[in-house]
Amino acid sequence: MVFLEFEQPLEQLYQQLEKLKEVEAIGDVDVSKNVKDLESKIVKTKEEIYSNLTGWQKVQLSRHPQRPYTMYYVENIFDEFVELHGDRQFKDDKAIVGGMARIGDQRLVVIGHQKGINTKLRQYRNFGMANPEGYRKALRLMKIAERFDIPVLSFIDTPGAYPGLEAEERGQAEAIARNLFEMSQLKVPIVCYVIGEGASGGAIGIGLGDRVFMLQNTWYSVISPESCSSILWRSWDHKEEAAEALRLTPEHMHGFGIIDGIVKEPLGGAHNDPEAMSQILKGHLLEQFKELSKVKTQDLIDQRIERYSSIGKFATVTS
Amino acid sequence: MRLRRYGHLSLPPFGRKPDPLSKDLSAKTSKKIARLDLNANFGIPYIPILKQTQSMGWFKRLKDGIQTATKYKKETPDGLWYKCKSCDHLQTTKELAANLHKCVSCDYHTRLSSAQYFEILFDEGHQELFSDIESTDIMDFVDLKPYTERLEAAKAKTSLKDAMAVAQGQVNGKSLVVAAMDFVFIGGSMGSVVGEKIARSIKYCIKERIPLMIISKSGGARMMESAFSLMQMAKTSALLSRMAEHKVPYFSFLTDPTTGGVSASYAMLGDINFSEPGALIGFAGPRVIKETIKRDLPEGFQTSEFLLEHGFLDFIVNRSDLKERVSKMIGLFGF
Repeated sequence: MVFLEFEQPLEQLYQQLEKLKEVEAIGDVDVSKNVKDLESKIVKTKEEIYSNLTGWQKVQLSRHPQRPYTMYYVENIFDEFVELHGDRQFKDDKAIVGGMARIGDQRLVVIGHQKGINTKLRQYRNFGMANPEGYRKALRLMKIAERFDIPVLSFIDTPGAYPGLEAEERGQAEAIARNLFEMSQLKVPIVCYVIGEGASGGAIGIGLGDRVFMLQNTWYSVISPESCSSILWRSWDHKEEAAEALRLTPEHMHGFGIIDGIVKEPLGGAHNDPEAMSQILKGHLLEQFKELSKVKTQDLIDQRIERYSSIGKFATVTS
Repeated sequence: MRLRRYGHLSLPPFGRKPDPLSKDLSAKTSKKIARLDLNANFGIPYIPILKQTQSMGWFKRLKDGIQTATKYKKETPDGLWYKCKSCDHLQTTKELAANLHKCVSCDYHTRLSSAQYFEILFDEGHQELFSDIESTDIMDFVDLKPYTERLEAAKAKTSLKDAMAVAQGQVNGKSLVVAAMDFVFIGGSMGSVVGEKIARSIKYCIKERIPLMIISKSGGARMMESAFSLMQMAKTSALLSRMAEHKVPYFSFLTDPTTGGVSASYAMLGDINFSEPGALIGFAGPRVIKETIKRDLPEGFQTSEFLLEHGFLDFIVNRSDLKERVSKMIGLFGF
């Protein structure tokens, strides 16, 4: 297990538990009561730690190396899934995955950012930072969904769109802008979940939908706390402050009315019990698509555009 | 004990057994003398070894710094001269202004304000729209300075209300709504006000059936409004899709610089996208890209010429031809 800084009290408890279990295995002393006590203490400590997370701690949790990514949910939620590749223009981006799926009789087109689970795969997936072809692949799949009247499910988990030389040559800005434009008018329901990091244009590039939810230990912001710190504080050391200032937690985002709700994670975060997380997510998303299937297509688009047109806070002055 | 000096060396006297103490002493002394020797100058003048790049000065400055007292200095008022950033050509600001704020020598296009673009584009007299909204501090944002202070400072410095101004007027007799950004206002950053001004302009243009031109000039989304800024990308793009539905033309004019959330939303979504020569246009800034790929960027990377070459612009227009070209485009779109 990997413990984050603020999870240190847990690490000690788990070490004690392990030792007790060793003693138990030898079988000379009955320690079952101690084990039970310790386990309940662990639960209590977890509740304490996780009920009061700061913005920066949520950022850390969203990047937990054992946190489940898009493909994990795809494998654990759907009865059937066929991955589709390529944007038909340049290449197949590895940082955005997508395909056609089915749960029971609910068919879906799924798109999502994908990070790697080990060093080699992290590089292969470009750390979840998509190039223009990733956004164009996602758009191609959404167009298939539209043509065959299949709703779209989007999983967001990216530290940002890739700021590379080739990405600029191939029009990173245009690719994201085009997705926003097309997703506004897509004739099928779109439901988005922030399952990890939701950084900037890279996130919203597949994140415009009829309903947007965030998992409990995730963040969504115009910029990552690190970059914000380096620009506004002119140093990398103020990331904690930046994370607070940016108001990037699901609770803040829900308070602002920018997202529709927060999906609760199992105790200790999604990485503690990915299977349970998948089940929670499965129930949640099925409910959304069921509700949205009752909305007429034109109303759906009108409401979607209205939803985004009304976001923004400003003062009206008379002059 | 006595030490005799022989030349620069000091040795114990002959015929005597050197005792350990004297040996020590002599060693110390000889070291001392050796050190002295190194510094000795033997009557030869000291000549420092000069690198070839250095040259020897014939005159020596006795006092440091410039000696002219302030009261004897000749005063040149600020803002009379302009030195071109591209070719270093020195010209008066009058000459520069007469040339539509382009360098008289190399045609370098300097950055303009929204008011200056209105001046260039509209026939005469235009009406400002939606000037009744201002930014507020939504989330008590504090970095090195509170956002409210930054806003106040920007307003005081620029006498603008936010990073965008919208105006309606005639271009060679044809109606046009122009929404232009001001880079001097917090880096032309897009927050709720910029988003709302664009939203209102779009709705207005749909209703009145007038083409819309947005002049982008921005570093990207405004960080101090965090997620609200990010959502302006979705807001503007969603409404532009509505405008396309109603078949009202949208001209996107990308000027130096157009990056970040602005380029990744409305700036790239024009029915036609065009730009001025030499403008910086891109998603990520050049510094970030350089840090990411750890290589130098090629010459002309992310300039408007580069974007034209890669198929993201329809044309590049010199400022002198801007009005003519825009008026021609309005006509060709049937408005």
